Amino acid sequence: MDRAEKFALKVTLVLLGVFTGLLVYAAKGLNIDVPTCITDVEPFTEGRLIQHAEDRYELHLLAKMWYFEPGEIEIPAGSVVDIYLTSADVIHGIKIVGTNVNLMAIPGAVAYARYKFDKPGEYLIVCHEYCGIGHQNMAGKLIVKPTTTAGR
Amino acid sequence: MRVPGSIKTVLYIEILLPMLLLVFGVYHGLLQVLYRAGFIKELSFLKIEYYQGLTLHAVINAIVFTTVLIVAFGNLMFLYHLKKPLRPAVQWTGAILMVVGTLMAAWAMFTGKANVLYTFYPPLLAHWSFYLGAALLAVGSLVPFFFDWIPNYISWKRENPDKKVPLAVYGVFINHILWLIMLVPLVIEIFFQLLPLSLGLVSEINPSLARTLFWAFGHPVVYFWLLPAYVMLYTVLPKVVTGEGKLYSDGAARLAFILFLIFSFPVGLHHQYTEPSITDSYKLIHAIFTFGVAVPSFITAFTVASSLEYSIKSKYPEVRDSLFAWWKKIPYASTEGDKWLVSYFMAGLFLFLIGGITGIVNASYNMNNVVHNTSWVPAHFHTTVGGLVTLVFLGMALYFLAQLKGTEVKAKGLAVAAPWLWLVGMVIFNVGYSIAGLMGYPRRTQTGATGSYFDPSSPYYMPDWHFYAVLGAIGGAIATLGFVLYLVSFVSTLLAPAKEDAELYIPSAEPYHDEKMPSLQKLTPWVAFSVILFVVSYIPPLYDVTKRGVFFDSPGYNDKSPIPITKPQSARDERKETAEAK
Repeated sequence: MDRAEKFALKVTLVLLGVFTGLLVYAAKGLNIDVPTCITDVEPFTEGRLIQHAEDRYELHLLAKMWYFEPGEIEIPAGSVVDIYLTSADVIHGIKIVGTNVNLMAIPGAVAYARYKFDKPGEYLIVCHEYCGIGHQNMAGKLIVKPTTTAGR
Repeated sequence: MRVPGSIKTVLYIEILLPMLLLVFGVYHGLLQVLYRAGFIKELSFLKIEYYQGLTLHAVINAIVFTTVLIVAFGNLMFLYHLKKPLRPAVQWTGAILMVVGTLMAAWAMFTGKANVLYTFYPPLLAHWSFYLGAALLAVGSLVPFFFDWIPNYISWKRENPDKKVPLAVYGVFINHILWLIMLVPLVIEIFFQLLPLSLGLVSEINPSLARTLFWAFGHPVVYFWLLPAYVMLYTVLPKVVTGEGKLYSDGAARLAFILFLIFSFPVGLHHQYTEPSITDSYKLIHAIFTFGVAVPSFITAFTVASSLEYSIKSKYPEVRDSLFAWWKKIPYASTEGDKWLVSYFMAGLFLFLIGGITGIVNASYNMNNVVHNTSWVPAHFHTTVGGLVTLVFLGMALYFLAQLKGTEVKAKGLAVAAPWLWLVGMVIFNVGYSIAGLMGYPRRTQTGATGSYFDPSSPYYMPDWHFYAVLGAIGGAIATLGFVLYLVSFVSTLLAPAKEDAELYIPSAEPYHDEKMPSLQKLTPWVAFSVILFVVSYIPPLYDVTKRGVFFDSPGYNDKSPIPITKPQSARDERKETAEAK
């Protein structure tokens, strides 16, 4: 190996080392993590929204050929939502557009994400994993309503 | 050297079959972008449904086109560089298996019995002939490896104990070892999950296990596509760029191949970041290994660039002291001799630069949350497998066709313009789909029909995405035009009269730095290490996904009817009920 080659290899290793370091820091230091293995929640058979406190919600989202249950969800701005997702038949996926909530819905397993919806508006929920001929029509909506200052 | 007639026929089949299918593959690629931009508003076009076309596009381009051509390239490299005859019986067996497998899968896809896309995630089910056809194609591709390449490799080593195996043979051989290893999880998935389910032998399967097995194959396979392109970049490109160029470093090339052998396997989980069944720390380990596999690509980038620089500077003294002026001397669009090939390599390399960067984003663990399953992902792989791999394969297919016929490449001007049009198209496509992906535009979605994102009367109307989808369609159309130019040149060459005494000549660059590196010459320990690393890195995730049982969780579903085609309740529940009744 000549000098130029050694230098290029060093640059490569340093670059990838920095990337890896940042990635581990973001995951473990800043807690921006990906879904993990959940075994203590049984896959559910119906979707629903449960309110635990004024600004705390638990969403059981059920993906089915070819719709979401519930299809439309309304919460006030500033709510923290624990999203649980499972599938009743084949493999689906969700992306809540405008957020980083991105999960796969796998039959027999439950995916989890937590998100705080601060900005009012309509968030489209798309199925982003091919699940059969009606896949393109499989979508839902999460509506974040602005909170009136009087209520606070 | 002369290629014997019977082997020549096999090689013709192995070049023409993928080319013929690729015409369908590219056509459905064009339809994809038109559907997705809303230009086609129906669910089907000329009796081919959207998802059927998407399956054809992906399976033909990514599996059939690549696998069959890689076998043809491997045969040519072994034949030419080792100067040992190939066995006609072996070659015919391999080719027939591949053709039969392809026809079985093609029948299922063309009749709409296998609209399961490239990933065929169960419990979505296809006709059994689709799965069995895929398995036969894989088996056929291994026949020449086992019965021609391995014996020829061993006997060459025995006859030349002090020499290194030619670099092209070394690379092709390692690539097929990779292929053999990665097929193990796929074969397990096909024979223990998909075939029994589609034949109705079992009533349900574990989809998490199926996904894990699939991705243990599904990411290494991109290196199986990439390595032949790298072999060409190392051996052919430096030679043809000036006619007498050299490879900068032989040792670096071999090291890159060995690193691919090691790092290709413990990476599959980066496709499964967003799913629940696997513990996140294993995902992080695979993420770090995925960065590791970028190292041999960086080495390749450096070696290819230095080979070009060295070769050009030694040919043209006037640019010897320049830092960048030698770039201008690269024959980007020359029709002189074999230099037309350079345009395929260079256009491919430019695309691969984009592919490499976007690939690191995909691999970056939590960053993947932003882009997972959005149109960012197809944008990424259309610059890698749809960029460097496709262009190098197209260039080499045309080159070898002309070689086998003993003629010059016809319509060379079109052949040179083709990769550049392809590049322009793919860059535009990439920009459109990357940006749309960051905005959340999903992949694998038909958007022209009523009620979809681009229908103003739909509650899910997303006007912001439309511009980028149209950009994707423009890019796709330009790339298709590039392919048409290529096809004109390919067909004219095919129709040119063949010479009986055609001589095979494969350009191959001599190394400039030629280090011995004896540890890289013995492959067995590296292969053993690679297999062990593969198994060890997959034990924890496999344990995770089988926690709820190996064969349970979900009954099979046919693509068109959302009704389980087996029992409506899981076998486990039924057993429980019968136990309770007793």
